[in-house]
Amino acid sequence: MNNVIIIGAGPAGMSAAIACAQKGLDVVVIDEYLKAGGRLLGQLYEQPDGSWWNGIEESARLHQQALDLGVQIQLNTPVNNIEHHDGQWTIYTEHETLSTNHLLLATGAAESPIPVPGWTLPGVMSVGAAQVMTNVHRVKPGERGVIIGVNVLSSAIAMELKLAGIDVACMALPKMSQLTDQQAHPKHVLDSLLHVSHMAPSQFVKLGSKLMKNDFMKKLGVTFYPKRGVNMWDIPIQLRKAVIEIYGEKQVEGVTVATIDSNGEIVAGTEENVEADFVCIAGGLYPLAELAALTGCPFYLIEELGGYIPLHNERMETPLDGLYVAGNITGIEGAKVAAAQGTTAGLTIAKQAGFEGLDGEIEEAIQVVEETRDQSYIQFHPEVNKGREMVKEKWEEYVLPLRSI
Amino acid sequence: MTQRIVDHPILGSIEEKEQVSFTFNEKEYYGMNGEPIAAALLANGVRTLRHHEEKATPRGIYCNIGHCFECRVTVDGKQGVRSCLTPLQEGMVIESGGTLPTPVKDWSAKNE
Ligand SMILES: Cc1cc2nc3c(=O)[nH]c(=O)nc-3n(C[C@H](O)[C@H](O)[C@H](O)COP(=O)(O)OP(=O)(O)OC[C@H]3O[C@@H](n4cnc5c(N)ncnc54)[C@H](O)[C@@H]3O)c2cc1C
Ligand code: FES
Repeated sequence: MNNVIIIGAGPAGMSAAIACAQKGLDVVVIDEYLKAGGRLLGQLYEQPDGSWWNGIEESARLHQQALDLGVQIQLNTPVNNIEHHDGQWTIYTEHETLSTNHLLLATGAAESPIPVPGWTLPGVMSVGAAQVMTNVHRVKPGERGVIIGVNVLSSAIAMELKLAGIDVACMALPKMSQLTDQQAHPKHVLDSLLHVSHMAPSQFVKLGSKLMKNDFMKKLGVTFYPKRGVNMWDIPIQLRKAVIEIYGEKQVEGVTVATIDSNGEIVAGTEENVEADFVCIAGGLYPLAELAALTGCPFYLIEELGGYIPLHNERMETPLDGLYVAGNITGIEGAKVAAAQGTTAGLTIAKQAGFEGLDGEIEEAIQVVEETRDQSYIQFHPEVNKGREMVKEKWEEYVLPLRSI
Repeated sequence: MTQRIVDHPILGSIEEKEQVSFTFNEKEYYGMNGEPIAAALLANGVRTLRHHEEKATPRGIYCNIGHCFECRVTVDGKQGVRSCLTPLQEGMVIESGGTLPTPVKDWSAKNE
């Protein structure tokens, strides 16, 4: 039996492992990927102070720190099932069965697909797939790509592709359908893009964030959005064109785009082909909480956090004994927030495992999560704070009747 | 044809790794020891990893991080292995799943 088992070696899981190990607990971290770091591995961007956030280096640093503290890290190990009996958690991996009293789920996030016609052709991949191929494995996803879906993540990754010498023909919206709803609506996209405007040298988007504070102005912005698109890092961003099809015989050969009006409807007769040998689909992120769903932990749909969230408090406890969550499984945010949540979870676990006098440290760690969130460079959802408040309310509603028994 | 990114303005030069040989659908290729099978194949210009069991349409990687199972191949006789997660090793014998037989459809195509 292990003191603590952590599923997920991303920034949340690794930071939690470090915090637990520093208090003297035995920790096992399990991850199905072949490297530690999770989705931090592929990240690469310039921070406001001019330094580079290099996900590979950050991951290696966390990995080394954990190893130095004696944390056991099992990579290439998918977890298939977890069960709870008599206060004990049983974890079934592809290789063995483990048990513990303290289980942390830090499984991160996954990307939502956008089913554009032709999207099963080889050469079509999620935008995160292109990021990992390029920055982590150093293989070009192709020579010339088209990115479907304009959001914070795809804008950042478009720039990363350019850095690696890969041509991005354009970024465009998907054709509107019931499934694409907001992502295909130019006004909505412009709205969320205003939150990355500080990363964009384009005057249009930069001015936009100051000018377009109200809805009417935004609508105007879309109506007058230049038909040729605007350039961000020399990549044309098309909010007035949508990809209606990806074509190719055996693999991607290009995409067909058409002009759309400010409501996202296609203007007939405007179709044209753009050649490309790969296509990235950017449908946004949602919390990967399948394992938490197996435990019977209550879930709530909170759009501001990216989807269904397992109920938890600020100390990263769930209502189930010995089950904790941290990182993107609790809502979509950047790696620094995930790491701060991980540290909080690690301290909470140490306290529950019998380590005394940690309340002050836990309070401080919760403070750090909030400060990190407020200073975040990349914000996946503009109303993330509102989402966090909603989880707090749900927690109070849930535990209050239990307390009065 | 895709290529390796040997030099990168921020990440620097590519990490030197031992070269290993492997086969994919009976053809011999070279890749880097320990890199994911899917990355090694892509670096060799191979995007199609298998064909859809029923429709026979070609499929390649989609998520590249183990979530979608689009990239599954057979490695040394073990079926359903996710090539985006599995480290390449010297001498691996890798095969596409291939198209599964669809006896009912085949029968109706012939007899209707
Ligand atoms: C494709 C993608 C790209 C992203 N790019 C950026 C970016 O550029 N900038 C940014 O700020 N944020 C980005 N994010 C957000 C990212 O989720 C956070 O920055 C941060 O990495 C979250 O940390 P985490 O520890 O919660 O989860 P992750 O970093 O996602 O780590 C979770 C780990 O759990 C493992 N895991 C999951 N399920 C299992 C299982 N069943 N068995 C075993 N192991 C499992 C995974 O292999 C993974 O290593 C991206 C997210 C995704 C999905
Ligand atoms: S590409 Fe999705 S699991 Fe491998």
